[in-house]
Amino acid sequence: MMDKPWSNRAWFLVIPVLVVVLFSSLLPMMTVVNYSVQDTMGQNSFFWNGVGWFQNLLDPTSDMGGRFASALVRNLIFSLVVLMIELPLGIAVAICIPRHGWKVGATLVLIALPLLIPWTVVGTIWEIFARQDIGLFGAALNGIGIHYNDTEDATSAWATIVIMDVWHWTGMIALLSYAGLKAIPDAFYQAARIDGASRWSVFRNIELPKLQKVLVIAVLLRFMESFMIYTEPSVVTGGGPGEATSFLSLDLVKIALGQVDLGNAAAMSIVYYLITLTICWIFFTVMTQLDQRKGV
Amino acid sequence: MASITLDHIAHAYPGPIVAPKQYALKPISHVWRQGRAYALLGPSGCGKTTLLNIISGLVIPSEGRLLFDDRDVTNVSTEKRNIAQVFQFPVIYDTMTVAENLAFPLKNRRMDRSSIERRVREIAHLLDLQTVLNRRARGLTADAKQKISLGRGLVRSDVSAVLFDEPLTVIDPALKWELRSKLKAVHQALDMLMIYVTHDQVEALTFADEVVVMKDGAVLQIGTPADLFERPAHSFVGYFIGSPGMNFLPAIVSGRTGTVDTVVFDLARAYQTPAPGKRVELGFRPDYAAILPTGGLPVRILRVEDLGRRRLARVALGAHEAIATLPPEVDLAPGESAGLHVPPEHLHVFVDELRIEGRAT
Repeated sequence: MMDKPWSNRAWFLVIPVLVVVLFSSLLPMMTVVNYSVQDTMGQNSFFWNGVGWFQNLLDPTSDMGGRFASALVRNLIFSLVVLMIELPLGIAVAICIPRHGWKVGATLVLIALPLLIPWTVVGTIWEIFARQDIGLFGAALNGIGIHYNDTEDATSAWATIVIMDVWHWTGMIALLSYAGLKAIPDAFYQAARIDGASRWSVFRNIELPKLQKVLVIAVLLRFMESFMIYTEPSVVTGGGPGEATSFLSLDLVKIALGQVDLGNAAAMSIVYYLITLTICWIFFTVMTQLDQRKGV
Repeated sequence: MASITLDHIAHAYPGPIVAPKQYALKPISHVWRQGRAYALLGPSGCGKTTLLNIISGLVIPSEGRLLFDDRDVTNVSTEKRNIAQVFQFPVIYDTMTVAENLAFPLKNRRMDRSSIERRVREIAHLLDLQTVLNRRARGLTADAKQKISLGRGLVRSDVSAVLFDEPLTVIDPALKWELRSKLKAVHQALDMLMIYVTHDQVEALTFADEVVVMKDGAVLQIGTPADLFERPAHSFVGYFIGSPGMNFLPAIVSGRTGTVDTVVFDLARAYQTPAPGKRVELGFRPDYAAILPTGGLPVRILRVEDLGRRRLARVALGAHEAIATLPPEVDLAPGESAGLHVPPEHLHVFVDELRIEGRAT
């Protein structure tokens, strides 16, 4: 060990990376941390506030705490709902995609289309689509006697956001699942036919287990994205009616840019970030552990 | 209890057929009998897997009829055919234990629980899987997984046939031998019709009662291992079976003599002189030809290969080469002249690759 050549010159090679990381992540983050422990009276003068903002934020009986808690619950419900719809739907779509011939390409392009549209455009499309006067969706629903108004009615607003998200992202789960399904050798299907397995049994015992790894990735991606959703609801409903569709990101932007309440916004950013990180970590650990335990 | 009849079965994969060589499987008629073990032997791409898949129903033949006993099953689906098939690579159900894997084909056919349990235990015993019955199947080694696949193939006692598609490809050579003899034992114990696809002649000859040799979609010969060795019907069979394969020397055959260049072989039977333009060859196995220092036909030693148990000499006979056995007591070096001795009864005459019988007189 001792006679191994040791050179500190190698550190110079790491410096560019450190500089990039410093300016892209660490410094912006430290600014947020800085705001989260200080208060201001204006005129750019700040004074120490300790963990005051955090105490306030995590106390649901306070104004800010209550607002944060309800946005968090709203957002968790939203993530859960879209996952529960998109995951089975995406797998079902993947199973129905043809496996051979020219139809494969055509289907894949059609499915991938919503994924290629910029998020603000997705929001605009649905904002117009849902309008009661000129929107095909909104006008049609009201035309057949279903009361629908996404600017006044909370249920309508939620339905619109959920359907929009399903339209936007189910394709990604379908494409991932399709890739997973294509990787299953023909012999498995042939063996299942020989064994007299039903279609459901083939899905349950062959397709689903072989898709497991792909689905872990799909769930992670979809959870993170839906938990941080901002652009589309901000265009379609702007968080309304009232607070009905104010998810965490929307609320955060309102506090930071609308009310210029930097202390609360900074504390909320950090807690928001830690929650996302923790949930993903727990989820990933549980899924991979489950995978390993089955191997025994 | 069933026999399987191929009645002029032929298959071509989609696309118009303009030449006979486009058949993946050329027309074949054959009866597979209950309780026998057959091997389909041939190089890769010769149509043996196609033939197997036609029997199991994974491929519907483009011509001909397939009968199980007297029932026409040509267009019956795989599920309703009552056939078991084991594939080249192990197929196991990841979510299930070994026992559940074995029970799966029976459960799908709504057999009652106690019979399933009894049958699973029987098969596990045959294949030495008792100790892992309650383990999850996905954590096991490749050969254990393939044993599970074999077990699922054998677990149904009422199947018309069990088909094996090169099942030992992924198995370690040391375990291959063990599994092969196990299969042979299982065949004797269960009295099933088994069809085994392989490109390995040792596997085919040790496993099967009858071997079907195929090439380019055509069946060249169906016979016992001894038949294939002693009387190959086609020069490909002579060449493919045996290690090394048969020697073939272009010859002029007339009556009881075959002349290779200027060297004259005595034949055991009399042959009609084949029509001019046909390719005539003399064939003999290296195993039956001996090189001795004196007598016989004049040859020159080119190379001696010591295989441990026996020695083979590559010799020049006129402008041609042949391989023959060098008996243990003979010591000859490359470059030396020697004599080739081939008993007349082990000399075969092939005309355009097909073996022809001579007259006894």
